[in-house]
Amino acid sequence: MARFPFSAIVGQDEMKLALLIAAVDPSIGGVMVFGDRGTGKSTAARALASLLPPIMAADGCPYGASKEDQARYPGVCGSGKMVKRAVPFVDMPLGATEDRVIGSLDLERALRSGEKAFEPGLLAKAHRGFLYIDEINLLEDHLVDLLLDVAASGENVVEREGLSVRHPAKFVLIGSGNPEEGELRPQLLDRFGLSVEVRSPKDIEVRIAIMRLVAENERDPESFAARWAGEDEATLKRVAKGKARLAKLEAGEDVLRDAAELCLAVGADGLRGELTLMRAARALAALDGAKKVTRKHLIAIAPLALRHRLRRDVLDETGSTVRITRAIAELFG
Amino acid sequence: MTPEGAQDPLDDGLSAARLFLLAPRLFRGMVLRGASPAREALVTALGEHIALRRLPGHVDDERLLGGIDLAASLSAGKPVHQTGLIEEAAGGALIAGMAERMDSGVAGRLAQALDEGGTALVLLDDAADPDEAPPVSLSERLAFACDLSASRRWQGVEIAPAAGRLADVAPLETQAMQALAATAAMLGVDSLRALIFAGEAARGLAALAGRAAATEADLAGAVRLVLAPRATRLPPQDSEEPAPEEQPPPPPDGERDNRDDTEQQQPEPDLSEILVEAAKAAIPAGLLESLAQGKAPRRSSSSGTGQKRKAATRGKPLGARPGMPRGGAKLALIDSLRAAVPWQAVRRRELGQAQAADAPIIMRKEDLRIRRFEERAARVTIFAVDASGSAAAARLAEAKGAVELMLGQAYITRSEVALVAFRGSQAELLLPPTRSLTRARRSLAELPGGGGTPLAMGLNAAREVAEAVIARGRSAALVILTDGRANIAADGAPGRPQAKLDAEAAAKAIYARGIDALVVDISARPGPEGAELARALGGRFLALPRADARLLQQAINAAQPMQAA
Repeated sequence: MARFPFSAIVGQDEMKLALLIAAVDPSIGGVMVFGDRGTGKSTAARALASLLPPIMAADGCPYGASKEDQARYPGVCGSGKMVKRAVPFVDMPLGATEDRVIGSLDLERALRSGEKAFEPGLLAKAHRGFLYIDEINLLEDHLVDLLLDVAASGENVVEREGLSVRHPAKFVLIGSGNPEEGELRPQLLDRFGLSVEVRSPKDIEVRIAIMRLVAENERDPESFAARWAGEDEATLKRVAKGKARLAKLEAGEDVLRDAAELCLAVGADGLRGELTLMRAARALAALDGAKKVTRKHLIAIAPLALRHRLRRDVLDETGSTVRITRAIAELFG
Repeated sequence: MTPEGAQDPLDDGLSAARLFLLAPRLFRGMVLRGASPAREALVTALGEHIALRRLPGHVDDERLLGGIDLAASLSAGKPVHQTGLIEEAAGGALIAGMAERMDSGVAGRLAQALDEGGTALVLLDDAADPDEAPPVSLSERLAFACDLSASRRWQGVEIAPAAGRLADVAPLETQAMQALAATAAMLGVDSLRALIFAGEAARGLAALAGRAAATEADLAGAVRLVLAPRATRLPPQDSEEPAPEEQPPPPPDGERDNRDDTEQQQPEPDLSEILVEAAKAAIPAGLLESLAQGKAPRRSSSSGTGQKRKAATRGKPLGARPGMPRGGAKLALIDSLRAAVPWQAVRRRELGQAQAADAPIIMRKEDLRIRRFEERAARVTIFAVDASGSAAAARLAEAKGAVELMLGQAYITRSEVALVAFRGSQAELLLPPTRSLTRARRSLAELPGGGGTPLAMGLNAAREVAEAVIARGRSAALVILTDGRANIAADGAPGRPQAKLDAEAAAKAIYARGIDALVVDISARPGPEGAELARALGGRFLALPRADARLLQQAINAAQPMQAA
């Protein structure tokens, strides 16, 4: 099925921004999307993947290894020729077993030749791309732990069933869920780089615009995609340029100080918040084509980078976004 | 008037089925509620037009998605692949009975298959309990939902062919889209998916009739079929309407032709008003009642974190480990085979061809794997809060605070919390067992207080919640916040003596079920009644004058240590 064009998604600006930032700097550590059903969370995540520039990967390698991977994991990734391939997007279902996620003994090879071989799982498939999990809040905790661990280390280490395998698994984890149906443990939430809140658009005009676009896409997906190809292309270029620019951008002393002060003011525990805030501001600057990272970038990205890290006082119902905007206003005027 | 006179729910079912057949990939499928002959007839009729593949509730990943057929592979001595049900049903539809019991893992797979457009899905919802419903992740993705439980028809059910094609129907006019969007907003249907389905259903209805564009009647039909079953609130009453015309929302069986009606009332009615009328007439009866009472519609708990564990009474499977299946440990067959498979070639060589020839697989003791489960200390703490009299406000506020604090730490303790409030002549389950702080906040935002003390009712309601929790393989504990001075009997009649007797009986019933109970009296001057109640419950009593939420929570934790898994 043709994916809905990224540019044709109406509204959901915050989510789109978070996805683009994660695409520019995958080291930011994943995006958590909170929101109701039927708000286009999956559509946006899937659209992003099909928009990204193709990557060069070893031919026939189940991990889609890059040149560097081949050097780092000589036995695993082989030495196949480099060919173009699309950025992988793996849609992980709720019921996935640990076996399927991390990989398991290849039964086929075992049966045929008695060979103990590793059959790569979803983590291998997602290498250098995106791993999307809808309703991550309902996923078994041990699987979430595992995913976040691999996402953080960029490597999947399998030591089971007599297998001992190490393979690259660098991916952007995108989780989504409705907090009313169960919440994520705070320590897991903290591992996500950015978090966004998606609401169903309330404005009738916006809703009609969405209806119209979806109906058009349904009628004639090809010409619909063609119509948006230009804008998608522009976004793609922006991401590619941002990626290239990222290495050259450095957050100055003043921005670092701002980030530290802001984290202190809102009570975001831990260094992770500060680091993510700084990285995200840098990625935003890169995406905007700015020459340097400024306070403006920091302020724009702060709610996304911090709102899931605030110390929770369950009796205080003030939303985290409000607390952050308040702190920004007090600190930076 | 409609030609058949009174309409049968099956008429909507048939319209939905025709639309579904018109564009199975677009509409994705339908939820058919209520086990009735009408439903069977409809399913049979559907089967004549589209390949239906039954999906049993116990389906495993291998069968659902395909993979290696282990049994066939072993007997053939080479890998044999099998296709999964989802693949096999491509171009047709999967049909799942007892969809309200569906495992969330299976639902997750199916949701993905639906998104990819691989298959369509018909869910048969047999829920009797209002708390049960098919997984929302699926019902949200299917265009139609019909309740056929009240249908009286079962003969001559046929799905008439469509007169035209969907592609020949013009796109909806802006005005029509506006009307649909406004109607969805008035019914509290937030999901954009629903709105998109409604728009396409209107065009689909036009296609069925062979029209080139959707008419008002088509829009009304789409609202009936798509938006009305998803309503989360009643449309606001139109204040400009002349008073005598104002009627209570009609019952769903007293079906009227809405267009005629509204046209008589007003010469040029607004399109969205017509649509809202159509929706009102089609909102299912049960839903209408609960909406009118301001309650949220039934929601699936099978996709919620809590109930997911209902089948897994033995805890979360942790995979297998080597060991002998004894002492209650169960053999993990697949894992044992997996362990044995790589060694077959070697073992065959060791044994020599002659000996090994007749054994399809050579197993050794060290191959055996047993299942491991992690026992969960899934505990549900049920608060029964006395919301009567003057102390109600303070008591409720502290109880609410304690609930929120307990939920705040629920991640660690894996516990859930429920709250029953009793006052006047009723006891109400304000918060069904949940782990979600967000949900608790919303449910407890406005707690009503005042009135008499129907202690017996409160205890009975709390016991019912506890029994439901226990039936799902978890443990329940009651925390009863009251001064114990009952003055309303179990039947709702005032009078202290009877109220006291009834409360005692209710307490003994709880004691008999072996449910842990803690009575907390947070009134300024605790009397003897609370302690008496605790004795009848076989539980503990705490007098905590001027307790606040934090103190209360600490006391509860101290009284019932929550074991972390």
